[in-house]
Amino acid sequence: MLHRFANPARFMRLSGVLLPWMAGAAIILVAAGLYMGLFVAPADFQQGESVRIMYVHVPNAWMALFSYTAMAVASAVALIWKHPLADLAAKSSAPIGACFTFLALLTGSLWGKPMWGAFWVWDARLTSMLVLFFLYLGYLALYNAFDDPTRGARAAAILALVGFVNVPIIKFSVDWWNTLHQPASVIKMGGPSIDSTMLWPLLLMAIGFNFLYFWVLLLRMRGEIHANKIRMIRLRQVHG
Amino acid sequence: METITNFLEMGGYAVYVWPSYLITAVVLIGALVSSIRFLKRNAETLKALQEEDKGEA
Amino acid sequence: MKRKHKRLVFVIIALVLLGGAVGLVMSAFEENIVFFHSPTDVVEKKIKIGKRLRLGGLVEEGSVERKGTRVMFRVTDLVNSIPVVYIGILPDLFREGQGVVTEGLIKDGVLEADEVLAKHDENYMPPEVADALKKSGKWDEMSGAVKRPGPGSGSGAKEEAK
Repeated sequence: MLHRFANPARFMRLSGVLLPWMAGAAIILVAAGLYMGLFVAPADFQQGESVRIMYVHVPNAWMALFSYTAMAVASAVALIWKHPLADLAAKSSAPIGACFTFLALLTGSLWGKPMWGAFWVWDARLTSMLVLFFLYLGYLALYNAFDDPTRGARAAAILALVGFVNVPIIKFSVDWWNTLHQPASVIKMGGPSIDSTMLWPLLLMAIGFNFLYFWVLLLRMRGEIHANKIRMIRLRQVHG
Repeated sequence: METITNFLEMGGYAVYVWPSYLITAVVLIGALVSSIRFLKRNAETLKALQEEDKGEA
Repeated sequence: MKRKHKRLVFVIIALVLLGGAVGLVMSAFEENIVFFHSPTDVVEKKIKIGKRLRLGGLVEEGSVERKGTRVMFRVTDLVNSIPVVYIGILPDLFREGQGVVTEGLIKDGVLEADEVLAKHDENYMPPEVADALKKSGKWDEMSGAVKRPGPGSGSGAKEEAK
């Protein structure tokens, strides 16, 4: 089953068909989310207009965790089943995941200053999120640290799996310890504690960012497949 | 006119709200554009190499 | 057993062991991971004078007194409360009944804070909805949290009281 979609030639065909749909969905959903978030959604009863930072901060933070989870799963498949496409998926997930994490930290800081009174505090949520950013950077550095790309891939995949313990820590940090960051508002027991007028723009932006992630992921994976072929041809030219 | 100024002021939080949106847009569009360029560059190099290969054979 | 099955079992065992080890380390260092202590923690554990401390809770209703830039208020967890003095600019969300984290030294039972941070809860709604909830009596004024039915009931108040 896995191997049917795992053939690079088949992947090139399938991703070629999917790409325009990913692009269209991302653009439409983000445009709708921006319109709803900036023009339709009301100000918050205690945070006023500053609550609009949520519509970029929260999707960035969710996607930071989503990208890492995807990278860890792909790394596990690459390590266990030695699947070449899984390795490319993990490698292609890292740069966009690092971007989302950086943006979650930065927009969070811009939200924290007016609401909490500080750009940064060392509470469990913020610190574990910073660790996630360093894990992404470490993964990318490790991948490129070896002359033999397969050794770099294996070392980076192991780091991705080890670092995965940080993902549940980030999610539950606000429940396990007292933090300055408030607990979850959307994915929690008893349903969301966020008014539907604010939940809709948030979900539109989040799903839009998800499509953007797959758009970038497919582009990069296609680029990596070409890069592999280039490497093979050059090797043949040198030896032949 | 007044409603536009009001909107841009963001209830006094303009210096926090607008940079959040702007930096998110710049970084994500940057990631997208660099990925498109990466794919294009590799596709062109591969095509050139494959033609070179055929020429030799 | 095939090689890929061996690798699968190895990865699963390694992840379980790693998760367990990280869990143990985190529970051992819990004191250092919590961001603040509640007034009850401070009263019961009799935290040493002369040590910097973060104290968190709610700003007690009716306790805020201002003299110029000098502010005095009490931080409460609805069981115990501790007086705080602070000189400086307060965050926009600083209000009576609102969550707060203060940092400084305790002298003669008073926390002399050099930093005051506001902590808000996880409820987001337009002002009209908040007013309607207050009118219909579904609003817990003291905790600033909305009482909602189901397993998540009054989570704001519970979080604060912990």
